[in-house]
Amino acid sequence: MGLAKLNELYKAVILDNANYPQNKREIENVPKFHMDNPTCGDSIDVFSKVSDGVIDDIAFTGSGCTISQASASIMTTVIKGKKIKKARQLISDFSQLIQGKKISDKAMDELGDAAVIGVVAEFPARIKCAALAWHAADELLNKEGGKDD
Amino acid sequence: MTQNLSEYRKDFPILNQKVNGEDLVYLDNAATTQKPIQVIDKISHYYLNDNANVHRGVHTLAERATKQFEEARDKVAKFINASDQHSIVYTRSTTESLNWIASTFADQVVNEGDEIVISEMEHHSNIVPWQQLAKRKHAVLKYIQLTSDGELDLQSAEDTITAKTKIVSIAHASNVLGVVNPIKELAKLAHKNGAYLIADGAQAAPHMPIDVSDLDVDFYAFSGHKMLAPTGIGILYGKPELLKIMRPAQFGGEMISSVHEQTAEFKESPWKFEAGTPNISGAIALGAAIDYLNKIGMKNIQAYEHDLTEEILPKLLKIDGIKVYGPQDPNKHTATFAFNLKGIHPHDVATALDMNGIAVRAGHHCAQPLMDYLNLTATARASFYFYNTVDEGNKLVDSLEQVKEFFSNGVSETK
Repeated sequence: MGLAKLNELYKAVILDNANYPQNKREIENVPKFHMDNPTCGDSIDVFSKVSDGVIDDIAFTGSGCTISQASASIMTTVIKGKKIKKARQLISDFSQLIQGKKISDKAMDELGDAAVIGVVAEFPARIKCAALAWHAADELLNKEGGKDD
Repeated sequence: MTQNLSEYRKDFPILNQKVNGEDLVYLDNAATTQKPIQVIDKISHYYLNDNANVHRGVHTLAERATKQFEEARDKVAKFINASDQHSIVYTRSTTESLNWIASTFADQVVNEGDEIVISEMEHHSNIVPWQQLAKRKHAVLKYIQLTSDGELDLQSAEDTITAKTKIVSIAHASNVLGVVNPIKELAKLAHKNGAYLIADGAQAAPHMPIDVSDLDVDFYAFSGHKMLAPTGIGILYGKPELLKIMRPAQFGGEMISSVHEQTAEFKESPWKFEAGTPNISGAIALGAAIDYLNKIGMKNIQAYEHDLTEEILPKLLKIDGIKVYGPQDPNKHTATFAFNLKGIHPHDVATALDMNGIAVRAGHHCAQPLMDYLNLTATARASFYFYNTVDEGNKLVDSLEQVKEFFSNGVSETK
């Protein structure tokens, strides 16, 4: 089999997002959430600017592997502009997807580029890499959402 | 190659399998080694024929189990040239051995303002227990620095170990840098300053002859599972006079000679440390693992692994864009190679190698202070054992070239 199988994991959209990550920056004076991947030492900070329950801006900083960086980048593009409740639903769908669980076609559509990362389910050692930024975003939005309610 | 140990591969059926369609190349031996059929059979034989609890009961099975359990202790004592089998305490792991010293013996001898000395290359199991002790006792935890090529800096050791030092605890061999530390010299230095020397032998005992009497260490800790035995069995060696004053970390059955309503008398060492039903099959299997290692000879294992290093390290270093951590001289490096490929995260390297059937570790190797010291977040690590071959090393080198190709030229251009 050899390295050919890597093409399944490292699809162009994943490599593009890892090499040229979107929204990889700090946002000043907004809440952030820090999360570590204890198995590898990677860490991430996710920042979000929320008003009236809508995520106006979301960004991340940190270092990590191709999968974690690409996943973080795509996460910001999927979540940005969404309502918190919707965003958290998408995060939940994504979490199901990368664990190899079936999600609805509608959810697949809504996840867009993030749906591509679903292939990580076939590489169980890398699920945590894919999940890191989404978990951090969920924790952050959970706090933010709690304030609004 | 002066040695050829490949005949022993047949005793490790697990190595003979395909992973992702490729022959398995198992290079994660610093994490845990595979087990030969002789060890697996020993466990099976024990449970099929002899299983009973030890040190209690007068029936025949209890007698057989106890005899084998204690014979294994003798084997461990001889394996590390301990003068006395009563100086061998069974634990769960190296981590438990080090924790017991830190929570009992060291707790008894370290006072406020005293200093505990470790090094920048320690595993978390030889850092965190000392942090906790320092916090508890208001003592000071100090680090011996490393030289630019990743060896222990002996000048720094001399400067750091002083009359204030009570404990010096150092890895005998590094799980990242591939260096063997001069434990005998460090023991002299510690003793000259009135301190005790503890060696973390987890990465040394599987790979070289160990002589705790010659090293003159006060304590020596290692794990069975990194030397062919199952997980869940570890060893704590201590000098008999120190084990005598060391308090048990746990209390209960097995470790007492008599119990009254308000008080209890403990057994002699090593049994006073072994509360509760121990890992009997694990200890017996460790004895079988030691028999197996002795059959090959630890000197032969050391020589063969050195040959592997001489073959493989220069080839690794020739890869454009690789950084191998620790000394670049094969004479100063064990067959454990932590490395990074420029611009490629070690997790991606490890996943790619796995597609070629090669098992390596990626991460911080439970040595985050060392990663910080080297200004890294993670590395990949290939660690060899005597059942690995030069061909496997060559496959690693070839695969790393492919990994570079894959990540520099993108998906479409890879076959």
